[in-house]
Amino acid sequence: MADAPNLPASQPRTVTGSLGAISFRLSTTVPGIMSAGIEKGELVVRTTRDRLLPLMSMLRDEPLYACQQVMDICGVDFPDRTERFEVVYNLLSVTHNHRIRVIVTTDETHPVPSVHQLWPAATWWEREAYDLFGILFTDQPDLRRILTDYGFEGHPLRKDFPLTGYVEMRYDEERRQVVYEPVDLVQDFRNFDFESPWEGILTLPGDEKAHADRHDIKRKG
Amino acid sequence: MSDVTLRSDTGIPDSLLPEEPDGEVKRHVVEIDSHALNFGPQHPSAHGVLRLVLEMEGEVVARAIPHVGLLHRGTEKLIEYKTYPKALPYFDRLDYVSPMCEEQTFALAVEKLLNIEAPERAKWIRVMFAEITRILNHILNLTSFGLDCGALTPALWGYEEREKLLEFYEAASGARFHANYVRPGGVAQDLPAGLEERIANWARTFPQWIDDLESLLTSNRIWKQRTVGIGVFTTEQALAWGFSGPCLRASGVPWDLRRSQPYDNYDKVQFNVPVGRQGDCYDRYLVRVAEMRESVSIINQCLEQIRPGPVKVRDHKVTPPPRREMKRSMEALIHHFKLFTEGYHVPPGATYTVTETPKGEFGVYLVADGSNRPYRCKIRPTGFSHLQAIDEMSRRHMLADAVAIIGSLDLVFGEIDR
Repeated sequence: MADAPNLPASQPRTVTGSLGAISFRLSTTVPGIMSAGIEKGELVVRTTRDRLLPLMSMLRDEPLYACQQVMDICGVDFPDRTERFEVVYNLLSVTHNHRIRVIVTTDETHPVPSVHQLWPAATWWEREAYDLFGILFTDQPDLRRILTDYGFEGHPLRKDFPLTGYVEMRYDEERRQVVYEPVDLVQDFRNFDFESPWEGILTLPGDEKAHADRHDIKRKG
Repeated sequence: MSDVTLRSDTGIPDSLLPEEPDGEVKRHVVEIDSHALNFGPQHPSAHGVLRLVLEMEGEVVARAIPHVGLLHRGTEKLIEYKTYPKALPYFDRLDYVSPMCEEQTFALAVEKLLNIEAPERAKWIRVMFAEITRILNHILNLTSFGLDCGALTPALWGYEEREKLLEFYEAASGARFHANYVRPGGVAQDLPAGLEERIANWARTFPQWIDDLESLLTSNRIWKQRTVGIGVFTTEQALAWGFSGPCLRASGVPWDLRRSQPYDNYDKVQFNVPVGRQGDCYDRYLVRVAEMRESVSIINQCLEQIRPGPVKVRDHKVTPPPRREMKRSMEALIHHFKLFTEGYHVPPGATYTVTETPKGEFGVYLVADGSNRPYRCKIRPTGFSHLQAIDEMSRRHMLADAVAIIGSLDLVFGEIDR
């Protein structure tokens, strides 16, 4: 047992300086980076699928970045976009004490290169993204479902997947087994729209005449 | 066994093989086929609903395949359909052993997107209860880890001590576990009169309890036999497998988010970061014991520095107005009604906010689209990465050691399965 060196307790939280330098260096020297910038104090790098692996191995191996850990990989679904999924990698460097977020986009059919060769921890995060969103990863030998049920169909975190799902499960006393049935809602699914009905309406009901412009009446001289 | 020899290519370590017999002995060659063993999901030492398929070669684990998701409740999907204030209680139910720490992560993420900061007193309360939560978590983990290895007494003692801490939870929030106490913009309500004194009294007696616990385990030869050199993970392995928290520190990485990326008032307290060197189960145990002592010291510093003051931001678009005001002020009543039906609108943006929960780095990747609901709320559970490494960690160990490794990783399936 040993104690870590006692760093000054009140370290300034303005890491933006060093992050800004990294973002400038990334956007000017590395090819294939669509954008790199500070958003809400966090460094966000956007790249394309085919440039992902070289970028990731550089971020891991180059002493300037030294991202030893991939803390999180997750998908985000934007159904309106042409490439609907964002795959978000949150990298951490414990030596430089910085985080880099790398974002690539993809859709249902185009696979993203797997980073499990760089960080073995990525396997389960990629399985999770595949399970919940249906994002495919190339060279991932273990692309099985992870969180949902055995034999589950669909990808539940997509925006077009209903909150209640399609099937429900119960134990059937007579057949002495677990059975799956289509979801039967006793009460309609309630999805309240709390947006105020008054906002965006310039003319209140019953107040229409106040703003009426009587252009048809011509002033008689 | 003297006339039986195991096949040499089974990969069984030399220490487990019988010693070479002297002279000419007639030998039989026995082949041991590997067979699969279902460990859990109902096994008590699986710490919940872990289904671990172990490929065994005799008593030796050849491969461990965890099956998770038996407790999957779709928390992330549910949160997308709730307003921000209503999403908060889901965080209690993730890691139900350390609820307030996870609330704190979500509260910090929302505060970052709203660009507000909790008042000073709220920050001290958060830090103090985060440390109380850390002790709650470590007591349960260490004692149940002991239970897995055959030590019954620590668990009996630990539950008594946890009960005292849960009374503090109840006094502050009204609930023993699912507190819903740390909220964006501060905490739900101020501490009741006398609670600070009760916590101070408890903090004076608790180090003695840690000594008692250590007297049962730390130098206990059975305990050491079961944990020293078991489940060794090197620094490189721990980093590559995404470890965090006590498991990473036991492998020799002095990394603590409270120190390196301080949040709330952690930059105003002094504490040491215990670091192990061997990365085995025993080190993970020692790191947690040392962390409990540090937590007591942080709680004492909080009690010294905490001052009366507001516990939530004054902006009643984010925090509810006091009930007294609602009886007289129409505006307060409207604010209250709007807050608990519509919630508040969070400006578009995304943040990956992390805190050091008792188990390690707990993160929330929150994407807001300007509406009153999170567009996406990805929860980064701590135990997910730890459990993934169990195959590497328990390979070529005995079956009983796999149990010790699970205990030392501090897994809670509420958060792993989400």
